[in-house]
Amino acid sequence: MNTVYLDNNATTCVAPEVLDEMAPYLAELYGNPSSMHTFGGQTRRRIEEAREKVAALINAEPDEIIFTSCGTESDNTAIMSAVESQPRKRHIITSRVEHPAVLNFCQHLGRKGHRVSLVPVQKQGRLDMDAFLRMLDDDVVVVSIMHANNETGVIFPMDELCEILKERGIVMHTDAVQAAGKISIDVRKLPVDMLTISGHKLHAPKGIGVLYIRKGTRFHPYVIGGHQEQGRRAGTENVASIIGLGKACELALQHLPAESAYLSGLRDRLEKELLQSCPNTRVNGDPSRRLPNTTNVSFEYIEGEAILLRLNEYGICASSGSACTSGSLEPSHVLRAMGVPYTAVHGSIRFSLSRYNTEKDIDFVLEVMPGIVRELRELSPFGRNDAACSRDYASE
Amino acid sequence: MDFISSLYYLRVVKSIQFSEYRILDITRLLCNDVTMWDYSDRVKDAFLHPKNVGEIKDADAVGEIGSIICGDALKLYLKIDRETGKITDARFQTFGCASAIASSSALTEMVKGKTLDEALTVTNQDIADVLGGLPDQKMHCSVMGREALEAAIANYRGVPVAKKEEGRVVCKCFDVTEEKIRRVAMDNHLTTVEEITNFTKAGGGCGECIPNIETILQNVWSLKPTEKPSKPKKLTNLHKIALIQEIIETEIRPGLQADNGDVELIDIDGSRVIVALRGMCTGCMMAAVTVKGIQAKLRELVSDDITVEALQ
Repeated sequence: MNTVYLDNNATTCVAPEVLDEMAPYLAELYGNPSSMHTFGGQTRRRIEEAREKVAALINAEPDEIIFTSCGTESDNTAIMSAVESQPRKRHIITSRVEHPAVLNFCQHLGRKGHRVSLVPVQKQGRLDMDAFLRMLDDDVVVVSIMHANNETGVIFPMDELCEILKERGIVMHTDAVQAAGKISIDVRKLPVDMLTISGHKLHAPKGIGVLYIRKGTRFHPYVIGGHQEQGRRAGTENVASIIGLGKACELALQHLPAESAYLSGLRDRLEKELLQSCPNTRVNGDPSRRLPNTTNVSFEYIEGEAILLRLNEYGICASSGSACTSGSLEPSHVLRAMGVPYTAVHGSIRFSLSRYNTEKDIDFVLEVMPGIVRELRELSPFGRNDAACSRDYASE
Repeated sequence: MDFISSLYYLRVVKSIQFSEYRILDITRLLCNDVTMWDYSDRVKDAFLHPKNVGEIKDADAVGEIGSIICGDALKLYLKIDRETGKITDARFQTFGCASAIASSSALTEMVKGKTLDEALTVTNQDIADVLGGLPDQKMHCSVMGREALEAAIANYRGVPVAKKEEGRVVCKCFDVTEEKIRRVAMDNHLTTVEEITNFTKAGGGCGECIPNIETILQNVWSLKPTEKPSKPKKLTNLHKIALIQEIIETEIRPGLQADNGDVELIDIDGSRVIVALRGMCTGCMMAAVTVKGIQAKLRELVSDDITVEALQ
């Protein structure tokens, strides 16, 4: 059975070009870049080349880039650095729909004595800017708000946020794990202080992340040890992955405009035809400001895990915000923050595409999905008569 | 209390903190999830090819459990022969995950041909067993099956519609009553909050009710309250000193260090604890408050008569 992989916001395949670049550094060229001998030292130059390519993706200077082990480490490092360099300030602002790498880290600092404010979102997942402005005070140590949401693909107004914070001299970090490589980011125009990228979301391998730190930003390292990354992140470099990430960023930059149009074309067709072929279906998130590759669709009256496992039978990979797939008993915090009714949250499915998806993949999903939805609705006690449904809506 | 039990006490204190930490992690999202691979072949089969799906228009009994808000709901229809009292047909409609659908299917197959009294002997564990077991976090699906059966039979026998069980609602997120927690705990020999959450969902939402669930479990198994913040009864000086040291190390210093402060234990004289504030704490305007906080913590966890003084 062929795998139809539509879960690219979870992770992506390693691009073949990336793997080719990496292979020698997992085999014969295993030297340590910090070594004095040529055998090791020659890898140093390749790391610096990769750094230039990563920097180019977001129009940064190479020495503003440090390599980390993953997006989560970059997020934790950025927030901790801001907190440590301003010990008198105690107020952290983030959003209610943040990835756990930021949200749980902020909550953790909250338990240790910081004050954490969570910016709410509106119905379509747009950031509530009025609420955000009201939260700002002299005590704010850092604002960490994602560039684009992983579940809905909704893009937050980074320009506006960064300008407001720049005026007030507040440190801004953004988790751009989902945005990088999918939409263009230019840190010369966007006054963000720190920005996170993760390798495995853009066709580099897992276990490699990036933190962009604008020149002049006060920085405290999080991982402490050797002198690597100019003393900003200790630990022997993940040479092969860094080289792979460099290639992946180069490819992303090169393909970005064409890929964006291609993916939004596929995505829009998938979305439009699903809404037509499956009744009682809705799209979650602002359709006008979204990543080109992401759609989050709710099939009402049926449950997400059941949908995923039926799709799994056809080799189709997607993900869901339902409670049963979350590991806790509560459904997606993102969709709940958006006020999506429970009837729809439980049946939410996220399809996220990559450049390796084809029209055929979309055809296949469109072919099997109506049957899955119909069968599960036949099983479901809801959605048959309006009385039962309106009762459940009313009790929310 | 001997030294060993005071060490045990410390372990209990630590484990409680750990569980609080776990609960506060509000977004355990898209992680630790049950995947297709955690389901037994029989669960997969019952989910992909469920038996007895649908409505019985002229059902003799209907049992309805759960709601769309909670994420799973089961409606069970029974056809009952009035002469023999046997269940001649059983069908279901289920909104929920794979294990909820599989449990419903298994239930309908199990009760067909049984008399009502025989059917009532089917436990949630029986349903799970027939399916070759359910993942721990999904046991509530089997409980839902058992409850729908009870509700349907009560409906047939004309027992007043006990839709909401008697007793106060403990878990507001999932609308679980004390009565249900007690019954499921006893039926399945559950002793921990985590097990209760797996079987009833109670405590799996905001987590506010977890202390109440602990109390209910203690009552059910008439355990002495676990040595939560209850203090050790009588401490020898040696134990007291060890305990004070431990609490300062594990409870107090990390919090202060997070604010670039610190505290050092200088001496213990009976119930007088003498400390020195270090780092950012020295000369901090809040120093007096910090000392009071340390005192409160030690009073809570060691002994009521402790006083804390800071060296100037």
